[in-house]
Amino acid sequence: MGAQTTKQYAPGTHPDLPPPVRTTGPIAWMRINLFSSPLNIALTIASVWILWSIVPGILDWVVFNAVWSATDRKDCWGQMAAARDGACWAFIRGSFKLFLYGWYPEDQRWRPNLCFVLFLVAVVGVLRENMPGKKYWLWYAVAFPFIAAWLLVGGFGLPPVSTNKFGGILLTVVIGVTGIAFSLPIGILLALGRRSNLPTLRTVCVVFIEFIRGVPLITLLFVASTMLTYFLPPGSTFDLLMRVLIMVTLFSSAYIAEVVRGGLQGLPSGQYEAANSLGLTYWRAHQLIILPQALKISIPGIVNTFIGLYKDSVLVLIIGMMDILGLGRARLNDADWLGLAPELYLFIALFFFICCFSMARYSLNLEKRLETEHRR
Amino acid sequence: MTPTRSETDNLLLRLWRNQESRAVIIQIVTMAILFAFIALIARNIVINLAAVGKEFSFNFLMWPAAYDITFSPFIEYTNQSTHLRAATVGALNTLLVAFFGIILASILGFTLGILRLSSNWLVNRIAYVFLEFMRNVPVLIHILALYSLIVVLLPPAKKAINIGDGTFFLSNRGFYVPSPVFESGAGIVGVVLIIAIVCVIGFKRWAKKVQNETGKIYPVFWISTAVIVGTTGIAFLATGMPLSWDMPVLKGFNFKGGMALKPEFLALWLALSYYTACFIAEIVRAGILAVSHGQTEAARAMGLRPNRTLQLIVIPQALRVIVPPLCSQYLNLTKNSSLAIAIGYMDITATLGGISLMQTGREMETMMIVMGFYLVISLTISAFMNWFNQRIKLTER
Repeated sequence: MGAQTTKQYAPGTHPDLPPPVRTTGPIAWMRINLFSSPLNIALTIASVWILWSIVPGILDWVVFNAVWSATDRKDCWGQMAAARDGACWAFIRGSFKLFLYGWYPEDQRWRPNLCFVLFLVAVVGVLRENMPGKKYWLWYAVAFPFIAAWLLVGGFGLPPVSTNKFGGILLTVVIGVTGIAFSLPIGILLALGRRSNLPTLRTVCVVFIEFIRGVPLITLLFVASTMLTYFLPPGSTFDLLMRVLIMVTLFSSAYIAEVVRGGLQGLPSGQYEAANSLGLTYWRAHQLIILPQALKISIPGIVNTFIGLYKDSVLVLIIGMMDILGLGRARLNDADWLGLAPELYLFIALFFFICCFSMARYSLNLEKRLETEHRR
Repeated sequence: MTPTRSETDNLLLRLWRNQESRAVIIQIVTMAILFAFIALIARNIVINLAAVGKEFSFNFLMWPAAYDITFSPFIEYTNQSTHLRAATVGALNTLLVAFFGIILASILGFTLGILRLSSNWLVNRIAYVFLEFMRNVPVLIHILALYSLIVVLLPPAKKAINIGDGTFFLSNRGFYVPSPVFESGAGIVGVVLIIAIVCVIGFKRWAKKVQNETGKIYPVFWISTAVIVGTTGIAFLATGMPLSWDMPVLKGFNFKGGMALKPEFLALWLALSYYTACFIAEIVRAGILAVSHGQTEAARAMGLRPNRTLQLIVIPQALRVIVPPLCSQYLNLTKNSSLAIAIGYMDITATLGGISLMQTGREMETMMIVMGFYLVISLTISAFMNWFNQRIKLTER
């Protein structure tokens, strides 16, 4: 304190103080967010350096040096300054129809297209807020998988198409959407079973859920592809795609069950007691009071499980089904396009990223929308 | 009541309307359906197996496997070994990649999670973009892409990338590192190390007791480090440095000596690690955000330094939120390691569930063993998680 000097000013003679440090504007923003401490300055410099050394190279490869039309890889690399200097998107463009539909007959491709349009209509109808006639949209969404199955497989007036002709993105989406559509109701039933008061019912559900969650999906797919026929009555057999769909649905319904159970446990027991005291039956109580609240809590978990299921659909490659990844890898063995793996994997990765990221964003949006109703 | 209804009908209806007897009825029906279902499947299996002339037995495990496994770091294996031995090699390989995957995923995950919480906008955004891209792409694509990058884009062994002046070599045959060679006397050093660790654990307990009783704080971390490093170092020097390194040397088309991390192992390990790390990062971030700011402020108000605040207040509370989902991520990593089959890393799914299954045609038996193996691992991790949850549970009044 001793060293401090205090100068006396007569009123009105004090010189102007320096203006306060700006807290708005781009410079202030940078100071606060990028250069607030020595550590932050170092981190900023390191990040800029990393971006500087990685991003231009990637952009060059993906966009600027890329070749969009060519007959084969030699032609592709010939058009570049040096071979592999850029991506050879001609490969993806040339096989795009194959990647989209697999071997679905050319003249019948309006059916998957129509399915896709109907699917988009169902998604928009169910997910959009304030849609008039919400109830009918829900019924339509419930009916959609069956309509789609009829359209894709045929029969009843349409020429039948064997399911081993399905491939590419079509197959991926069929597996993903079927799994998502059927695993939610089964999962909810399993969760209710696990929380039931009836010991045998509970045990059955617990054993089923823990067994499915304890083994990798790939082993279940092996079961579907190699030994499920042993379980069926002698002489009967059914479609590999059908077997895979059943396994994928059972797999993700066990995970959904755990997520929903979390939601059920998160409800205060007063809700159950209130429902009981109103004289509601078990099912009415769950339909009107318990499930709407429990499902709302578990939305993030449910959507995460859906995303996981959608990503897991590529595992069918291992049992020899030609989804987008399987087809792509088969095309890689084509002598014309040998060794274009980076392009292929980037394309497939982007496809999955777009699907999964939009699901995740929608779930965040939904969470926020439902949450505001309860904010006090 | 209408007169047309018989007495039995009435009784059933009465039983159904009584809550307790209804519970019994539902359970009986459940059990009946379940047993009928199991009986039907068992009957189908028996008939179907008889039809193709197969029997249900595990004696095929003793037959020679007649296929090669290129990667068996722990036990001797030749193509004359039995299927059982092939399965053991596979199981060990699964555990190996899971173990190292969990370690690397944890390190990466915690780092990314902390970067994601950084107040630095640029770091935060880079971490966000990286995480969102990586975790929204199937892990199988990560594995295949990384594998093809290693095999296609890295140079052959002759032109291997040399790191550290002839110590590490990176080529499309894998990553070659020097392997330690233990000479006589290394055992003594190991024993000394174990004794030192035991002593340090005892010292820690004692120091904690002293702190609880008198409030005196010892610099436990520094003393422990000094004890462990010091005694082991002295033992190492006293026994005449019983450790040398076997360097990888290029001979012909490949490297001799050293330890090889094969491309299959590298791709699987790295891809599983960074994929899982993205999920761990989100968990860590959520866990740290879950500790309310009032806790930190209270700690500061009590005069704790930032380090001690983190160590004593924030981390213990964050761990309570982090550990359960973290365990299930570890479990996911272990289960995802079964994707090894796509790139030819010989884990248990690829040996027993893949080649052995195809060669012997014993789908049922092999799949039972493989699934049993994964079930044991997941039940073990679940048991650990339950124990941990019990231990750290909030004790509320």
